[in-house]
Amino acid sequence: MMFDVDSLRADFPILSREVRGVPLVYLDSGATSQKPTRVLDAERYFYENLNAAVHRGAHALAEEATDAYEGARQTIASFVGAQVEEIVFTKNATEGINLVAYAFSNATDKARQGIDVDQRFVIGPGDSIVVTEMEHHANLVPWQELCAKTGATLKWFGLTDEGRLNIEPGVIDNTTKFVSIVHQSNLLGTINPVREIMDMAHAVGALGMVDLCQSVPHMPVNVDELGADFASWSGHKMLGPTGIGILWGKSELLNVMPPFLSGGSMIEMVHMDQSTYAPAPQRFEAGVPMAAQAIGLASACDYLSELGMDNVFKHEQELTAYTLAELAKIPGVRVIGPTDMHDRGSAVSFVVEGIHPHDVGHLMDAEGVAVRVGHHCCWPTCRRFDVPATTRITTYIYNDKSDIDKAVAGIKSAQGFFGPGIAVSA
Amino acid sequence: MSEDLYQEIILDHYKNPRGKKVVIDSLAQSHQVNPTCGDEITVDVGQSPDGTLLVSYDGQGCSISQASASVMSELVNGKTPEEAAPIQAAFMELMKSKGQLEPDEEILEDAIAFAGVSKYPARIKCALISWMALSDAQIKAKLTAATTIRNG
Repeated sequence: MMFDVDSLRADFPILSREVRGVPLVYLDSGATSQKPTRVLDAERYFYENLNAAVHRGAHALAEEATDAYEGARQTIASFVGAQVEEIVFTKNATEGINLVAYAFSNATDKARQGIDVDQRFVIGPGDSIVVTEMEHHANLVPWQELCAKTGATLKWFGLTDEGRLNIEPGVIDNTTKFVSIVHQSNLLGTINPVREIMDMAHAVGALGMVDLCQSVPHMPVNVDELGADFASWSGHKMLGPTGIGILWGKSELLNVMPPFLSGGSMIEMVHMDQSTYAPAPQRFEAGVPMAAQAIGLASACDYLSELGMDNVFKHEQELTAYTLAELAKIPGVRVIGPTDMHDRGSAVSFVVEGIHPHDVGHLMDAEGVAVRVGHHCCWPTCRRFDVPATTRITTYIYNDKSDIDKAVAGIKSAQGFFGPGIAVSA
Repeated sequence: MSEDLYQEIILDHYKNPRGKKVVIDSLAQSHQVNPTCGDEITVDVGQSPDGTLLVSYDGQGCSISQASASVMSELVNGKTPEEAAPIQAAFMELMKSKGQLEPDEEILEDAIAFAGVSKYPARIKCALISWMALSDAQIKAKLTAATTIRNG
C-alpha cells in the first residue's frame, strides 16, 4: 500500500515554513534530504539518556551507549542486506571512497618498502582504474589522486547522448585493478547496470566499488545483489543526520586493508614502536565515533522501512514520470539525461534556452521553489553535454505533483522575466 | 523581489554586453572560475600610450556575472589605474555591504545596479568574479595604482 504524502509531510516540520515570504517547495533532496521529527528525537534521546563515549569505559552509560551504537549498525546493515561487520561508519560518502583509495595508496607505499601486503591493493604503472564520465567528483578526484601517486592510469566509460553509459569493450581490460561507478547519477538520473560492470571487473581480477548516494535513499538496494566489493553512501540524503556515511565492504577485504585514519579505538595492541590493528569495522573507526548520528540514521532506516522502499521507489517513479512529462511541455526546456523511465531515477536536470541556470534557479527561489543549480559536482558530465551548468529537480517521499507544478510555474516565470529570444553571450 | 536583483541596467548589459572580446594589446590575462557553478571569465588588461587601462573580457555565466563584467569594462576602460582604483574599491565595498550601503552613483555609475546583489550571498561571487580577474590581471601587468605611483 502506498503512503499518503500529505500526512507524511507533517513529520517534517521544516516543510511547513516559508521562504522569501512564500511557502517552501523543497526540490533539492538529491543534495540533502529533510529530516523527520523521529530522527531528530532519536539523536536527542541519545544525548539526554545514553550519552557516553562508545567502545570505552565499563560504566553503565558507556555500555548502553555502545549497545545503542552497535544496534544502529545492525539496523543499517539489515536495511541494505549486509552483515553487521561489513558496515563501517564514516564522516560521509566521500570519506568512504577515500578510505578505499587510501587502502590502495597505503598498501602500495608499504609494498615499495618491502612490507608484506595484500597484492590486490598494490597498484602502479601499467595498472588502471576505471570510472565513468558521470561520476560525482567524490568518485573521481580520489582516483585521480591515487593514479597521480602511484603511476596508474585512469580510464572511464563515456556516455551516450541520451545520458546512458557507453559500455565499450576494452575499457576494463587485463590492466584494470579497480572499477568504481555510480549506481544512480546525481545529475542525469541514470540508473547504471552495476551488476554487469562489477562482473566485468571481477572477470579480469579487479575489485569493484559502487557509489550508492542516490540509490539507497530512493530504491530497494541489497548490497549482495550489486556484485560489488565495496559501496559507499551518505546518511543525510536518506532522512538521516549530516556527519555520517557508510562504507560497506566485504569483510575478507576490509580485514586485509591498511587503515585510513589511525589512532584510538582502531588498535589491537600498541607498543612504543609499532601497533597492530583491530578487525573491521573498528579498524576504520579511529577516535570517538559519531554515536548520536548513527542512532539518528538507524531511525531514518526504520522510517523508510515502515514506508517500504518498494513504495518509495514507486512513488518517485510516478513523480519523475510526471516531471519529465511536464518539462517536455515547456518550449525551450531541454532535459539533460534520459527522458524515459527505463532505468531512471528521480534526479531531473534541465537547461532553459537563453537563461543561465543560476538565473532560472534564482527566479524559482523567488517563488519558494528550492532547486539546485550548478554543475552538481559533476563538472566533466556537464562538459560532456556542452552545458556550463544545469538546473536540477530532485524529489523525495514528501514531494507530490503540486510541487512539480510550482516548479513548472517558476520556470515559466523565469522565461517571462527574461523574455524570449535573449541572445546569451557565449 | 526579483526586480531587486535584476535591475533593468543589469538586464540591459546582459543582453547587450559592452567591451566583450574587443581586441587589445594584452599585457596580462587572468582566468577566474566560480567552482561552485562552473562560471568562467577571462580578463585581459593592457595600457594605452596615454597610460590609461585597456580592458577586454570573455566568459560565460549567469546574467549577474556577465552584466558585471560589461559594466566593469565600461567603467574602467580609458581610465588610469589611479582613476580606476577608487571605483574598484567602491564596488568591492558595495558587494560586502549585505544591502546596507547606499552606493555612490558619482563613483559607481551603472554599477550601482548591483547593490541588490549584495543581499544574496550566493550571487555575490557572480558579481565579483570579473572584478577579481581585473585586479589579478593588473597585478600581473604591474598596472595597479600603487605600482604606477611608485614608478612615476
